[in-house]
Amino acid sequence: MRAAVSLALLVALLVVLPHSAAWFHAWQPDVSHPLYSRHSFFALTLSHVGLVVAATSIAVAVGLGLGIVATRPAGRSLLPTVRAVAVIGQTVPPVAVLAIAVPLLGFGAAPTLLALALYGVLPVLGQTMVGLDQVPKPVLHAADGMGYGRWRRLLDVELPLAAGPIMTGVRLSAIVSVGTATIGSAVGATTLGSPIVEGLVGNNTAYVVQGSLLVGALALTIDAALAAVERWIRRGQS
Amino acid sequence: MSAKPAPLIEGTALPVWVLSAVGLVAAWLPAFLRVAPNRLLTGEALSPHAWLLAGGWLLAVACSFVTVPAGRWVLALLAWTGVAGLPLLAGADARDVLAHATPFTRVQPGAGFWLGWLAAALLLLDRLRGMRKAWQAGAWFAALAAIVAASATGAFDGLSLVREWQAQRAPFAAALGEHLRLAAVTLVLALAFGAPLGWWVWRTGRANGVLVGTLAFLQTVPSLALFALLIAPFAWLAHAWPALGALGFGGTGGAPAVFALLLYALLPVVRYTVAGLDAVPADAREAARGLGMSRAQLLWSVQLPLGWPVLLAGLRIVAVQTIGLAAVASLIGAGGLGRFVFLGIGQGAMDMVLLGTLAIIALALVADLLFQGLLALTERRA
Repeated sequence: MRAAVSLALLVALLVVLPHSAAWFHAWQPDVSHPLYSRHSFFALTLSHVGLVVAATSIAVAVGLGLGIVATRPAGRSLLPTVRAVAVIGQTVPPVAVLAIAVPLLGFGAAPTLLALALYGVLPVLGQTMVGLDQVPKPVLHAADGMGYGRWRRLLDVELPLAAGPIMTGVRLSAIVSVGTATIGSAVGATTLGSPIVEGLVGNNTAYVVQGSLLVGALALTIDAALAAVERWIRRGQS
Repeated sequence: MSAKPAPLIEGTALPVWVLSAVGLVAAWLPAFLRVAPNRLLTGEALSPHAWLLAGGWLLAVACSFVTVPAGRWVLALLAWTGVAGLPLLAGADARDVLAHATPFTRVQPGAGFWLGWLAAALLLLDRLRGMRKAWQAGAWFAALAAIVAASATGAFDGLSLVREWQAQRAPFAAALGEHLRLAAVTLVLALAFGAPLGWWVWRTGRANGVLVGTLAFLQTVPSLALFALLIAPFAWLAHAWPALGALGFGGTGGAPAVFALLLYALLPVVRYTVAGLDAVPADAREAARGLGMSRAQLLWSVQLPLGWPVLLAGLRIVAVQTIGLAAVASLIGAGGLGRFVFLGIGQGAMDMVLLGTLAIIALALVADLLFQGLLALTERRA
């Protein structure tokens, strides 16, 4: 429901904004170019979503993998170290990760992707460890008693039972990515933040409003869609 | 490896191997240091002590096979040496390079240095686990003291970060002050507004109501968009009421930044206030009512002391989050350490970016530790 409303809002903005030059001109008469035109809003949205999807996919693969390794008997001794990385890493602001990626990879989409993926790992990793730790011991013993192997127990019992918390981590990761990708336009990535940054630099409030409205609607859509997935996964679980 | 029946030292060798592997990779990365002709160019890679570093990490792996109790101490000492020694090594190398180079040459710590130092710090953290708290704190404090003492003698003066700081001492201090002020004002306002709101939400049972829903909705809006969107309304406010403009309510600057930071900070404060009030047992509340306490007395002498640790945990999250978000506020002219980051990115001066970034990270970590300490203090008293 909420997802549908936000998606409708996003689509409406994408359809209406390219034809709204007259309105922005009426609101800001002294601005000569009232409509951001370097890239189409649709292209900006696509590239923004592309960055977030790519980064979140990497984050899920790495975070889930590390979380599983650290909760296996052979890897248990790594758990405190992995947990410390996740906890200390969370105190590092996303902007800082973005700034550190620039000297490594230069300007453009690459440092933004690296920063998004690195930072996105933390919520997935943390929630994977929480979820796998929450699986009740009796359930594990039952699986062992039924002759489940290590892999089958993981895939058929532990991961389905931990899916709710893991999905929470995925959602957190994606939302932080949407926000950080917006700032990524300050280091040269082409995202919905580009009109905002250009508007701030050039004192063009119309650009700022156009970028902000779109990225706000996009963030709400992604959050609502992932929240719906999370509710669906958690259905039947208390 | 998992097929091995009994690990050598109760399964604790694995972190050493993993972190040593990371350290070995770091040692062989091309850039322990980068030497650049000036502060705007990317430097050439330089790793003068790759063999020494690799040897250190191999020694760590070897120590993990020693079963005598002393092996553990040797490993901890080795990790400690890495934490305190890697910066010293980088500083000494930088001085050697600068001894025969132009005065504009910059020697930056490279990826190899940072990764190696991180691996050493995590190894130290891992090896200190289970030791007495005083030992742990002492080890970290000693490492910090060694680095501070060395910096007092100018051991790091050759490194580009230190030179950047020396060149920009006054602007850096100003930015640090602005950043702290932004965060402190936000934190105080968030507590002043959030705690009563949380109390109201708790009393009326509106944890899923419009207020919390709105705050949660704001939380998903990207920070840059929220900061930028506030410029127009604040400019209008200052225009409509010049008195407000005189108070700093311009379109750009501190006021819209604090307002945006406050909007982000309110949700955690409200949520943790509710959780804190929930944490007070109903028995305690009823007993207090039975003693004839008024609602204000109940709040002040029962609910506040019992719920305070939870609220403090919330404030810790808010403080860390606000310090990070305040970096973005510099894009709307609110100043702070973010100015070093974004100005540095604009000029291509990576030392400036790194200086701002490290200061922000350090600030967030210090705030985190500070609130952890406060929490430990209140919990001990309780």
